[in-house]
Amino acid sequence: MEPFRTHTGVVVPFDRPDVDTDLIVPARYLKRVDRTGYGELLFYSKRYLPDGAPDPEFVLNRPQYRGGSILVAGRNFGCGSSREHAVWALQEYGFQVIVAPSFADIFANNAAQIGLLTVVLPDARVREIMQAAGREGYQLTVDLEAQTVTDGFGHRDRFEIDAFKKHCLLNGLDAIGLTLQHEAEIARFEAGRPAWLPRVTL
Amino acid sequence: MTPKTLVDKIWDAHVVRSRPGEPDRLYVDLHLVHEVTSPQAFDGLRLHHRRVRRPDLTFATLDHNVPTTPRSEPVTDPVSRLQIDALERNAKEFGIRLEGMLSQRQGIVHIIGPELGLTQPGMLIVCGDSHTATHGALGALAFGIGTTEVEHVLASQILPQPRPKTMEVRVDGDLPLGTTPKDLILGVIRRYGVGGGIGHIIEYTGSTIRGLSMEGRLTVCNMTIEGGARAGLIAPDDTTIAYVKGRPYAPKGRAWDEAVAYWKTLPTDPGAAYDTRVTLDAGTLEPYVTWGTNPSMSEPVTGRVPDPGAQADPQARGAVERALQYMALRPGTPIQEIPIDRVFIGSCTNARLEDLRTAARVVTGRRVHPKVRAMVVPGSQQVKAAAEREGLDRIFRSAGFEWREAGCSMCLGMNPDVLGPGERCASTSNRNFEGRQGPGGRTHLVSPPMAAAAAIAGHFVDIREWGV
Ligand code: SF4
Repeated sequence: MEPFRTHTGVVVPFDRPDVDTDLIVPARYLKRVDRTGYGELLFYSKRYLPDGAPDPEFVLNRPQYRGGSILVAGRNFGCGSSREHAVWALQEYGFQVIVAPSFADIFANNAAQIGLLTVVLPDARVREIMQAAGREGYQLTVDLEAQTVTDGFGHRDRFEIDAFKKHCLLNGLDAIGLTLQHEAEIARFEAGRPAWLPRVTL
Repeated sequence: MTPKTLVDKIWDAHVVRSRPGEPDRLYVDLHLVHEVTSPQAFDGLRLHHRRVRRPDLTFATLDHNVPTTPRSEPVTDPVSRLQIDALERNAKEFGIRLEGMLSQRQGIVHIIGPELGLTQPGMLIVCGDSHTATHGALGALAFGIGTTEVEHVLASQILPQPRPKTMEVRVDGDLPLGTTPKDLILGVIRRYGVGGGIGHIIEYTGSTIRGLSMEGRLTVCNMTIEGGARAGLIAPDDTTIAYVKGRPYAPKGRAWDEAVAYWKTLPTDPGAAYDTRVTLDAGTLEPYVTWGTNPSMSEPVTGRVPDPGAQADPQARGAVERALQYMALRPGTPIQEIPIDRVFIGSCTNARLEDLRTAARVVTGRRVHPKVRAMVVPGSQQVKAAAEREGLDRIFRSAGFEWREAGCSMCLGMNPDVLGPGERCASTSNRNFEGRQGPGGRTHLVSPPMAAAAAIAGHFVDIREWGV
């Protein structure tokens, strides 16, 4: 994955708690077998009218949020299905950071795997950012090394992030490659597994 | 020795590598694979010239988008066909066992794992699916994972995982007549919210849980993710051991005795500490019906659709307003006056034999309401066959239900079984999110007997008054 260091971008407010992954990408679009093509499906049921035209009311379709790359949303963002497609859709659309008071566990994990940064800030701060994002062109700068979110108006928030997650994001590390370096430990563990554990043979 | 919880014991037994500042590297005993979240993972393996480390610990089936029409008919949706073909090809190329469309063991991945005896106490199980927690009912630590993690496990058999917090959800007392394990878990989520379990692994304890059958426990653990926790389990006991015994992949002979001796060491030690503890009195449970667009938005069947105005918190008020608008419900409407168009009895939550039996008991000798289209989709081919041996299919069919082939079906609307826009469904599945069962479809989650009764009456009814 691409390393993530700092990012500055326009903030898009999505003022709902419990945004589920069915809302992010409906299941009926999960039938593809590749990782691309999900950006245009992001928030499909909200973004397009029944005739397929963009709904001018929906936040992503409003001119001031074109090119927005930081999404700010309510608590428990990404709940529901484990579909990584939700992260692919957000990322392909152009989001690099999601800010919320909390994230569903599987979503946060999926996001970290492929370099989409999830930033947890207190509820009250998220509300303020949500409001500020109503202004045309409101931007935030997210600095992962310093673990800060700042705007051009003197606001500065620090956020917490798991040290290992941060390390992988900063360096764009392939987590699978890292694990495979521990081959000897894996083999040693395997040798000690009880023989009665089930095996599936062809 | 410090007392340990069930979760701690299983966790510690699977740590391959643990270093400060790194997630623990856990060994995966069983990796379940299905067609939707795996194609990109296999592509990743090919791209990096990696193999599947342990095909013998990897097990695949087709469930999410297989049609539930007779298996002799072709898969007409070309995109579904593509995904089915992809898994068939990948299974062959990487040497993985696949219970495909025509297998007698095919079914929803979370139904067939326990059914085949693949799921056993103390195991660490993963699947690219958030309802993997289901397997926790047997005392296994089971996580839903994303596609990149699927690739990770395929390549290394390792799941990197920071140690989560533990939470005890203790439920004591007898389940009141007419309430089911589904109502129990809906009650827990109603009380503690859809985010209540974030960052935790849940252990369900208490006399109510102990008293549940294995099938009931599977229903409870299945919806753990709906409360925000990634895994939820129940300590193995005699019910568990009796359930596993004799299943195709269960240990036999001496190995069985060894396994049982180990399983008996797993329950949480007296005095072990959980990070969080919550309780629920089973006596307060009722048959629930969800009225909103997440599983915490439910009311007892005797209740009314809530008034958003009664919510003090503006965010919560907004959420209720949006939900009622989507669901086209007016505040104050008695739940029992909500008319329905469709009924779906199925999914990994409620499509096991016991679920079908309780629903059939309600249906016996009655007819589906003329305005309702109702379907039963058994969770696996084996459930279907067992139900047919008991004649349940005849009961459902003669009442006017459709009786279909096994799969996820209308739980998520990835195959042709979907709600039309505006259609209202009483469903035994686990998610009532907007559009989950089809664009514009409206889902009310209920137990199997409540769904069956709604099919007959054409609206929700209090199953307790039917005396079945
Ligand atoms: S039945 Fe529904 S919840 Fe269960 S695995 Fe299938 S789609 Fe997921």
